[in-house]
Amino acid sequence: MIVAERKPIEEVVETVEDFDRILVLGCNECVTVCEAGGKKEVGVLASALRMYFMNQGKEVKIDEITLERQCDHEYLEELRNNIDDYDCVISLACGVGVQFMAEKYFNKPILPGVNTKFMGATEERGVWGERCQGCGQCMLAETGGICPVSRCAKRLFNGPCGGSSDGMCEVGDDLVCAWQLIVERLKELNKMDDYETITPIKDWSTDRAGGPRKVVREDVRQ
Amino acid sequence: MSEPVTTHTPSKLEKILAAGHLAITSECGPPRGSDPEAITKKAEMIKDHVDAINITDNQTSVTRLSSLASCIHLKLMGLEPVLQMVVRDRNRIALQSDILGAASFDINNILCLSGDHQSFGDSAQGQNVFDIDSMQLIQTVRYMRDEGKFLGGDEIKRPPNMFVGAAANPFADPFEIRVPRLAKKIAAGAEFIQTQCIYNLEKFELWLEQVRDRGLDEKIHILAGLTPFKSAGMAKYMKNRVPGMDVPDDVVKRMSGVAKEKQADEGIKICIESIQRLKETKGVKGFHIMAIEWEEMVPGIVESAGLYPRPNIE
Repeated sequence: MIVAERKPIEEVVETVEDFDRILVLGCNECVTVCEAGGKKEVGVLASALRMYFMNQGKEVKIDEITLERQCDHEYLEELRNNIDDYDCVISLACGVGVQFMAEKYFNKPILPGVNTKFMGATEERGVWGERCQGCGQCMLAETGGICPVSRCAKRLFNGPCGGSSDGMCEVGDDLVCAWQLIVERLKELNKMDDYETITPIKDWSTDRAGGPRKVVREDVRQ
Repeated sequence: MSEPVTTHTPSKLEKILAAGHLAITSECGPPRGSDPEAITKKAEMIKDHVDAINITDNQTSVTRLSSLASCIHLKLMGLEPVLQMVVRDRNRIALQSDILGAASFDINNILCLSGDHQSFGDSAQGQNVFDIDSMQLIQTVRYMRDEGKFLGGDEIKRPPNMFVGAAANPFADPFEIRVPRLAKKIAAGAEFIQTQCIYNLEKFELWLEQVRDRGLDEKIHILAGLTPFKSAGMAKYMKNRVPGMDVPDDVVKRMSGVAKEKQADEGIKICIESIQRLKETKGVKGFHIMAIEWEEMVPGIVESAGLYPRPNIE
């Protein structure tokens, strides 16, 4: 999933202070799972805003809607008939949803209510960890199913570096060395001989480096 | 050394190693400013006692005068620099470009490194690059040198002619891949190794034994890295704070066991004893003495270790 984190309420307040009719818009997908922008968080943010404006003695209309997804036309279209009831929208979707909303409702300020962090997994309740950076050319088959691009702080393809200590990365105490994990997996899979194969220089043109990316499937295109 | 010696580059360091001498290298950290004397003065202190001088590349991710410019200063003094190059700050365009820049001054040695993560330094909020890794940088320099081509495939007019080195940390984890990792660096094209600072001699010798078991010591010149402690505090700091560093308790105890004003002498003594012990160890082809901001001690260490005068090879 795409993992996000709620923006501090003060930061959100600053962006909406001048508006009178605000829609807090949640998303029922990734941000719901990572508890940053689903129906529950929409309710929490809306209540906090109501309280803030009440304390300011200002009357502000604050509504709550949570869409199935904010990255699909069909769900965003559900807002077509009532979008003009609002001066702005605080989207609690990831950066994709915020932008897709902004593209669709071109004359409406769409403000982000979360910081989009990474593609990751729920490691345990309340802990989400990064697993993928979308480099566009998956090499997990060669690295024991552990990604050096997203999980090594130096994204080394022929690691580990000299900073790996007791299985931990030099960058921080709670960050596991990706190459320690890779070596453990290779051992488990009886593929340690693969370790000595030098991974060649990566083609980053499929990554962010190549510019904004697009996937086009002619066979499913309408 | 009656056998004819073959070398692949004009590097003086390579010639000394190829002739079977124990080589001595040392390092100078460039200043946090643009005064060239900060480099040339350090180099003056050690130049007669070492065969080549490494110049660090923004070590610990603290911004400094560039390694390349510092190497040029050494070259202009008639000395033998080892250009340290990390892949943290430059993509493949900048790396190849700087390699050519160095080659244009006939800088004939390069040490290919990953580089400490930027979070350690003065630019923790900066981006890192890591377009290629240190293993691939070794391959890149060898490709540019041996094939005379850029990574993109185009021909290089007057290719770089560098003796290619890499680092090895026998003490980092996981220990079991430390020898395979060296094998990988050799396969990538590394010709000499400068190791992480050695304080745990037993562990280093164990690593070296495994290196010899695979015959790797015949394929690469290993220079043992040493950094003398200035104080017991430094020993404790290195033990507890520097990632990938292995300082055994008895070494810390030895440093703490002498009076404060005698600790620097003790640190130098430990360094000299280590050299004397490792001099006799098969597979050690020389020493890389990293006396951090303490370059004036290098000549004494080299002399006491019985490694002076240095061979005169041109």
